[in-house]
Order: sequence, then structure tokens, then C-alpha cells
Amino acid sequence: MNPDASTIAAGAPIEVDLSPVAEGQDIKVFWRGKPIYISHRTKKQIDEARAVPVASLPDPQSDEARVKAGHDQWLVVIGICTHLGCIPIAHEGNYDGFFCPCHGSQYDSSGRIRQGPAPANLPVPPYQFVSDTKIQIG
Amino acid sequence: MSGPSDYQPSNPALQWIERRLPILGLVHSSFVVYPTPRNLNYWWTFGAILSFMLGMQILTGVILAMHYTPQADLAFKSVELIVRDVNYGWLLRNMHAVGASMFFVAVYVHMFRGLYYGSYKEPREVLWILGVIIYLLMMATGFMGYVLPWGQMSFWGATVITNLFSAIPYVGESIVTLLWGGYSVGNPTLNRFFSLHYLLPFLIAGVVVLHVWALHVAGQNNPDGVEPKTEKDTVPFTPHATIKDGFGVACFLLLYAWFIFYMPNYLGDADNYIPANPGVTPPHIVPEWYYLPFYAILRSIPNKLAGVIAMFSAIIILCFLPWLDAAKTRSSKYRPLAKQFFWIFVVVCILLGYLGAQPPEGIYVIAGRVLTVCYFAYFLIVLPLLSRIETPRPVPNSISEAILAKSGKAVASIMVALVAAGALFVGTLQDARAEEGGTRPPGNKWSFAGPFGTYDRGALQRGLKVYKEVCSNCHGLSYIAFRNLAEAGGPGYSPAQAAAFASDYKIKDGPNDQGDMFERSGRPADYFPSPFPNEQAARAANGGAAPPDLSLITKARSYGRGFPMFLVDFFSQYQEQGPDYVAAVLQGFEDKVPEGVTIPEGSYYNRYFPGHAIKMPKPLSDGQVTYDDGSPATVAQYAKDVTTFLMWTAEPHMEARKRLGLQVFVFLIIFAFLMYFTKKKVWADSH
Repeated sequence: MNPDASTIAAGAPIEVDLSPVAEGQDIKVFWRGKPIYISHRTKKQIDEARAVPVASLPDPQSDEARVKAGHDQWLVVIGICTHLGCIPIAHEGNYDGFFCPCHGSQYDSSGRIRQGPAPANLPVPPYQFVSDTKIQIG
Repeated sequence: MSGPSDYQPSNPALQWIERRLPILGLVHSSFVVYPTPRNLNYWWTFGAILSFMLGMQILTGVILAMHYTPQADLAFKSVELIVRDVNYGWLLRNMHAVGASMFFVAVYVHMFRGLYYGSYKEPREVLWILGVIIYLLMMATGFMGYVLPWGQMSFWGATVITNLFSAIPYVGESIVTLLWGGYSVGNPTLNRFFSLHYLLPFLIAGVVVLHVWALHVAGQNNPDGVEPKTEKDTVPFTPHATIKDGFGVACFLLLYAWFIFYMPNYLGDADNYIPANPGVTPPHIVPEWYYLPFYAILRSIPNKLAGVIAMFSAIIILCFLPWLDAAKTRSSKYRPLAKQFFWIFVVVCILLGYLGAQPPEGIYVIAGRVLTVCYFAYFLIVLPLLSRIETPRPVPNSISEAILAKSGKAVASIMVALVAAGALFVGTLQDARAEEGGTRPPGNKWSFAGPFGTYDRGALQRGLKVYKEVCSNCHGLSYIAFRNLAEAGGPGYSPAQAAAFASDYKIKDGPNDQGDMFERSGRPADYFPSPFPNEQAARAANGGAAPPDLSLITKARSYGRGFPMFLVDFFSQYQEQGPDYVAAVLQGFEDKVPEGVTIPEGSYYNRYFPGHAIKMPKPLSDGQVTYDDGSPATVAQYAKDVTTFLMWTAEPHMEARKRLGLQVFVFLIIFAFLMYFTKKKVWADSH
């Protein structure tokens, strides 16, 4: 009952062009049926994410470890709440990040869990920069 | 099922069969001469009611499966087509969907009955555990059935529930992938759920056979909890139990029919009339009502894994009940303390159910935790402790003795019912007062409300005009065909008028012999064309918010009625949240934005829209549509007419439903009376 060949084939890597996404904006793309948020973060958002002492977080992880070096303004996360799988809303909640309307989990501008029942940070999908304005997810 | 039968058929053909397969003897010994305790009360008829409901679900389910398409892009539409086009499809679907709820109503009564009268105690432990297994299978079946219509709540319910398994350490993720058949809930998930939903009821039927077998070996428990000793303590199953069960089933059918014919959507969720969309989460995901207590337990525990474990333990703990409660006295009738704790437990379960439907914030979370502790304390502390410290009242020596000592307790129950009804009535008054001047949609007088409601033909025709001239510029009506306009219970056009109406439209068809698409004028069988070719085009043309299709809008929108209104609605048959909301939104536009509310660029203030910022500009203004019949050309009248029309598009067979409902009720009431008097006659000598 595991995924069949066509499902696996449809889950092949995709390329996303980042050039139309302005600073402070984000886009949602689907990969393997999952929504992926790509945020072009502002300076303020990056600073906020880095100002927090990592040890104080429920799921400690530094912002640097969640983005690609040299592309610090781009946050790429799977937009599925780690609690029970709802889709959080971007640019909402108290931490300038994501807010899940189902059970009230709040994520910061690095997609890390800050408040609510979710046990873990929003996962970062496997991706790499093909060029400065294009990433490949998968 | 209780030893060899001495049944001897008189007919030679039957004798021939009986010698080779003693099936008639089996039926005769299990359901005819089988001795059943004389003192059983009506709570014992729920076993028969459950068997009836299982049969009903399988029968309606098999027919529904003949018309249903288990494919993610087509499932939602195929369910709508069952309701609209299949002969009596609306009846089949209502019977099946409401039937699931009724099945759970009956199983909860049956389980609480067992709990109260100690039916799980020696020698009925296996019987009880088989019952818990049936209950678990029912929960799985019900959950997978709810996914099949592939609405928003189906999809997100499936996502949340399957994600529960991801809490299991190490293997969780692989199990979830296995359940999904992909990387998220999608078409493979729907397919396997359909397959399993078809399979599990037959497994349930198999375990029910074991359950009945175990029951007929151990014998039935009874309200006094003493085993039958002499022949005087029992009566033969047929006709005594058969006729009593028949009366019980007839009464239960009245409740069932109340939902089927008068409030089929009362137990469902409005969001499930919105097709599944993996990109949008409903703000408030609620499971079906029968899972709510367990959902409340899940959410009251802040740790994910611990929450999942607590939820499953809440069910599994029932298996250990025979050993947790070691009291020798079976029936709570003779256990003064256990009786009180039983009723407290019932209240705890109901309150947990209520909390499961509330948003998980503030006081609800704390109350949920307290009640979760109470739930487990009943099994793990109260019952073991009571069996040690409680002094039960003396138990009668035999069932016949108990019957002789019986005194009337009906007065007390009637008092309780009156007090409950009074409380509900007071609640209604308070709620009516609170409603003034709020952001809740005001109530309207609809021609289609109530048990005898019919659509106002004039309003339907005017509403169609408003839709055609105003709404159809942005909103589709894709489940309605032009032929529907000429159908009974609709706007009352003749087939010729409907055909003429259709011919005004240009319908895209093809490809023709050259392989090109072409346009032709509409035919009655065509559906209303949508204003945009796809959702993305609709979104792009409307500032990012796609105008929803209106075919089901009056059923897909609702607002919370709150406590105690949702209880009052059961009696008043209030079903018009959707129409009230739609009419209110159409009239709720205000130019002056109240202080403290900020409306983003490109949105408009609407008093009744959740969040108040709506992307749709004020659609209607006075005098915009010309009416031919002299009705006032005002926004209020337009809103009312178009809402009536949209109620018809959402529920085209409503008039047939209510008409058949009346006939069924007349029949059922007469039938129940006949059953009651037959039962009285049969039992005349046995009491």
C-alpha cells in the first residue's frame, strides 16, 4: 500500500523562480501535494529570528541552520503544522511568522515553533539554489 | 446457539433440509424458544435497534456505492449527483449519513446500559470485549465514510486523524505514508478509504455474530442482575422479546425519520458542502459528534504523543472494565454509590463532547483537562475503590421476586423531562434577547422553513432573474441544469420555458470532426455555464478571492448557534442558518466602517461577514433589477428572492423530502401504536 510509481514520479524535484517575489512577500507552491512557503524576509524579520536565544526555544534550532548561507533572506519551509497537519497562515500571529488556525500554534519568522501545541519547527524541505534567483525543491 | 435443538419441522421439505443443515433449528433455538429474562426493560431493545441499523447502513451503503465515484476530482460531484439525479438518491444519502449518527446514538445507549447494569461482569467478559471491538470497528468505518464525500471537513478530518499516527516514535511517518498512499492525503487515500469503508461493515457483521453467540451462551443480563433460576424467571424470545424489540425499533425509527426528512444537515458540518481544497484549512476542524469526547481528551494534553496515547487509552480501557470493577453486585440499582458515580460519568462524557466542539483556548482547555482526569478516574480509581468500600443493598433472590416488588418510578422521570424542557424554553427566551443588534444574521420568515415549508414559486422566479442579471457575472451555478427549472418542486416553469431559457446561453461543445471546439446554444440538459474557465482565472479577475460557486452556498455557509440554541433547533426544526447568513451578507454592506475595524485595500466592510472585510463589492442596490410582478424593487426583496432561489439550488428535492416525511411519520406513528398494543397483549400474562 506504499505510494505507487506514478505518485513517486509526480513527486520529482521542482524548480521555482524567485525573481518575482518582492521583499516582505511570500509565495506558496505545492510539492508532493504539500504546500511549501517561500518567504522573502525583510531585514527586520531576519534580525528578529536571530535575536532569540536558541536555547529558550521549544525545538532549539538556529535561524542560520534553517536557511542557506548567502541566501539568508529566503526561508523555505513546508507549510504543514507539526501538530496535526493543518496549513498555517503566513504573516500572522505574535512572532511575525506563521499562525495555525486549527489549534493555535504560532511560528516565528524562521518557521520555528514558539507557542501552542505543535511539538516541532516547520520542517525545511530538501532544496538548493540553482542560481541566485532559482531554487530546486526536492 | 445454546446447545442442540429439539426443533422438528412438520413440513417434509424442511425436515429434509434440517437433517442436512440444522439452520432452522439454530434460528428456532436462538430466536424463538430462547429464554429471555422476564424483567428486561426498554434499554434492552437497543441490541435489536443496533442490528437493524447495521442492516440499514449496509443496504443503503451498497446502493450508494453503485452511484458513487471514488476519485478525488469527481467524488464531491458524484455525491451531489446522487442527491440530485438518482431516483430517491436524496433519501438514500440522508438515510446513510443520518444512519451513521443514529447507529452511534444507539451504541452509546447500549454501552451505558451495560455499564449501569454491570453487563460486563462474569461470565460476560468476552461478550463485553467483543462489543468494544465492534465499537472500534464502527469508529473506523464512520471516520472513513465521512471522508468519502470529499468536502473540506472530509479532507481535513482525514489529515488530522491520519496525522495522529505520526506521533508514534520511529515508525510513525512510514505508517502515515502507508495510510495515505502518497505524500499527503489525496486520491490514493480516498480510494483505499472507500475500499475499507465497504469492507469493515461486513467485519462488524461478523463480530456481531460472535457477540450474539457469546450472549446466547452466557444468557442476557437483566436490570436486577440476578441470573434466571426457574422457568418462571424467563419468557420465550418469540413472541415476547421480538414484539418488544419491534416496538423499540418503531420508536427509534421516529427519531431517525425526524432527522432524515426534516433536518438531514443538523448533525453535519456546513464546511463539508465546500469541495476539498488542500490549500485552505477550515478555521475550525471538528470531527463528527460521536468522536468529540475523545477529541477533547486528545486536545487537552499538551504533548502530542501523550495526547494520542490518552485518546486511544480512553477506548481501550473499556476492555479492562470487567476486572477494574470487582464488585459482586451487578446492577447499579442495588449499588447506591455506584449509581451516583455512573450519572456523574455520563455528565462528564457529555461535557467532554461539548468541549470537543469548542475552540481550544482559555477556559475550555482547563475544563478539558479536569474532565479528562475525571474520565480516567472513574475507571482507575472510583470503580476499583467502590468495589471495596461500598455496601450494596440486598439483591432479590430471583427475577420473579424482583418483579413482584416493583413500584412505579415513572413520576420521577416525567418530572426530570419537564424540568429539562423548561430549562430549554428559558434558554430560548434569553437567546432571543441577546440577538438584537449583534453581528449574528437576523432571522427571516422563509416560505421553505418548517415541516410543511414549500418554495414560494414567485420568489424562485424572481431570484433566478436576480441571479442571471447580477450574480452570474462572477458566480457559477455549476450543479444546476436548465432542465431542473422545469422539475417539480422548482420554480415551476414548463419544459418549453426551460428550453427557451437554455437557448439564450452559449455553451462550449466539441471537439467536432475537425477537432475544434465550437459554441452552440444551450439545451435543457446543459448546466449553467460558469463565468470563469477555472478557479485561477476567477481568482485573478477578482483581486485574489475566487467567487464561490453558488449551487450549494446556502448549505455551505452557517454560523454558530451556541448553547442552548442548538438543542432548541432540534425541536423547532430550525435549519435556516445558511439562508439567514446569505441574506444578511447581501444586505450587510455599510459605507461607514465602525471605529476599531480596519479594512484592507480592495475589500469592503460587511457587518455579517466573518472578519468584516469582504472582497465582493456591494452587489445589489435598489431598482437594479426590474420585477414584472409588481414586487418591490428593493435590496431587501432582492436578497430574500435570490436566497430563496439559492436554497432551491442547494436542495432541489426539499418539497418531496418534506412531503414523504409526513407520510412516513403518519405510518410510523400508527405502526408504533399497533406494536405497542400487540406487545401489551403478548405480555399481559407475563407481568
